[in-house]
Amino acid sequence: MSVVAPDPAHALTPSGNLRRRELVSRVFVGATVTAAGLAVAVLFILVYYVAQRGASHMSLTFLTAQLPSYTGIGGGIGPAIAGSAEIVVISTAIALPVGVLTAIYLTEFANPRIAAPIQTALELLAGLPTIITGLFVAGLLVDRLGQSAYAAGVALSLIQVPLIARASMESMARVPHTLREAADALGVARWRTITGVILPTAAGGIVTATILAIARAAGETAPMIFTSSAFQQQYQLNPTQAVPNLPFEIFQLVDSASPAAISDAWGAAFLLIVLILVTNVAARVWLRRTERKRGL
Amino acid sequence: MSSLASDPAVDPGRIRLARLNRLDARAGRALRWLALIGAVLVLLALLMIVYQVINQASPAIGKYGLSFLYHTEWNPSANVFGAWPLIYGSLVTSLLSLVMATALGVAIGLFLSLMAPRQVAAIVGPLVEMLAAIPSVVLGLVGIYLIAPFVLHDLEGWLHGVFGFIPLFGATGTVGNSIFTASLVLVIMVVPIIAALTRDLFLTVPQELRDGAEALGATRWEMIRGVVLPTTQSGIVAACVLGFGRAIGEAIAVTQVIGGITKVSTNLFNPGATLASTIANQALTPVSALHTQSLFYCGLILLVVGLTTNLLARYISRHFGRMR
Repeated sequence: MSVVAPDPAHALTPSGNLRRRELVSRVFVGATVTAAGLAVAVLFILVYYVAQRGASHMSLTFLTAQLPSYTGIGGGIGPAIAGSAEIVVISTAIALPVGVLTAIYLTEFANPRIAAPIQTALELLAGLPTIITGLFVAGLLVDRLGQSAYAAGVALSLIQVPLIARASMESMARVPHTLREAADALGVARWRTITGVILPTAAGGIVTATILAIARAAGETAPMIFTSSAFQQQYQLNPTQAVPNLPFEIFQLVDSASPAAISDAWGAAFLLIVLILVTNVAARVWLRRTERKRGL
Repeated sequence: MSSLASDPAVDPGRIRLARLNRLDARAGRALRWLALIGAVLVLLALLMIVYQVINQASPAIGKYGLSFLYHTEWNPSANVFGAWPLIYGSLVTSLLSLVMATALGVAIGLFLSLMAPRQVAAIVGPLVEMLAAIPSVVLGLVGIYLIAPFVLHDLEGWLHGVFGFIPLFGATGTVGNSIFTASLVLVIMVVPIIAALTRDLFLTVPQELRDGAEALGATRWEMIRGVVLPTTQSGIVAACVLGFGRAIGEAIAVTQVIGGITKVSTNLFNPGATLASTIANQALTPVSALHTQSLFYCGLILLVVGLTTNLLARYISRHFGRMR
């Protein structure tokens, strides 16, 4: 591993102090390789462990049947899948416009005195513990209007907005200056430059960020504790009602301590992890392809 | 533009252009306002979160004041709430996981940025980031059935044998759910964050500096210790602070593996509770209004810690980064 700088004595075997130094160096390089290997191993062990226990569940009945009641009788996770999808659609419908508009404001119109606090707010929002987001929505919406898919969507959108905004800003900042200047030189109005040149060019990055944000939101459990109901077992798509969803379902099933329920939890966990990892990989591959196409 | 001779009021081309200009001006203003509204919503959301948490916690704040922070009994059935056991649990789990995650994360950052061949880094990097994408509820599930038994049967005895003279590594517990297990689960969550941040940081160290050190005969490690680490010190600290903020705020996975016992225990192999895990555990089944308000007070502590760590990380990386 260690590369010795060109040295007339290169052919000689190092001895004494140099030998010790190279040994130390090799030990540390080895340590970094081990650390990286460990992280990758942990990922594979996690995925393998979940697959081993959950993959056998994947059947049409499991994916569509009603949720197991916590009496020990196994069931399906159909309502939870439908509910998760609905909640994520609601949250993304809020977070995508807000996130992109924030990015547009900060990169295109920013008045430094307003931009600075907004930038700070964005970063603070990104670092906020998700359980706090849950508490907030509990206090703001759930206490007054009850548990609902809306409340869940609002909570998740608070998690998604900073992700989408930050990645959109980076993506818009990478739009070549030449494009912007060309549009200016042609006398194109500012808003047309933004909607016609900058957004389409940055679209790849924005879409990727949105997909990653969806994957992140779909697995978020902490806010769901406050917005979901343990008693909602049926298909429920009315957004003003508590809607079952995958992360909350897993959380509940594990708590129930009945073997059938825990086995169902593994099935749901497997589905969730596969969906999230696949979207992650797909988003990355897609980003790389669009960027290559644009010659970036 | 249209010819100068024609009357501007009549020339259709001129009129169309004027209309277009008006439309452009209007649309431009509209977009600007829309964008501003979006941006202000972000600011507003943050302020509302802070207000809401303080507001809901205020009766508990009024009742306990700051003594909430060091009062040592958290007992919902007796309606007595002191957050010290939870704060203690939060601090111990986050600091313990941070120690492990910093070593691992910085090592991985070094590997990805300076050691690994490009193709290897292009595969390992995303894999490490993917570790961060695993939902906490799934991580907690694996924590219960894989990590907790492993800690109980394999790690605890060994650690007690080797480090037994430190009270932290006391007698082995009876269940795998413990402060130590929770810390290990947190390590898995924090490592990818520190690794990604430090990798980007190490890539900013100028090639000439590194080449210079190696040309002077420094070994790979001496180059890292003498050039890379000193120039990126402040960034590494900032990454650790962010990692700490992430660890202390994690609720779900910790709830699943920590045991939920709200008592201070020096022995890491005993169950405990953190601020976040207690909120996740008890917020749905409060026994009294004061219970809920106290949980919001815990949330307020987390909120303050979360905001402070973020601002601190920004301050460290900007201020000290510039001084160098």
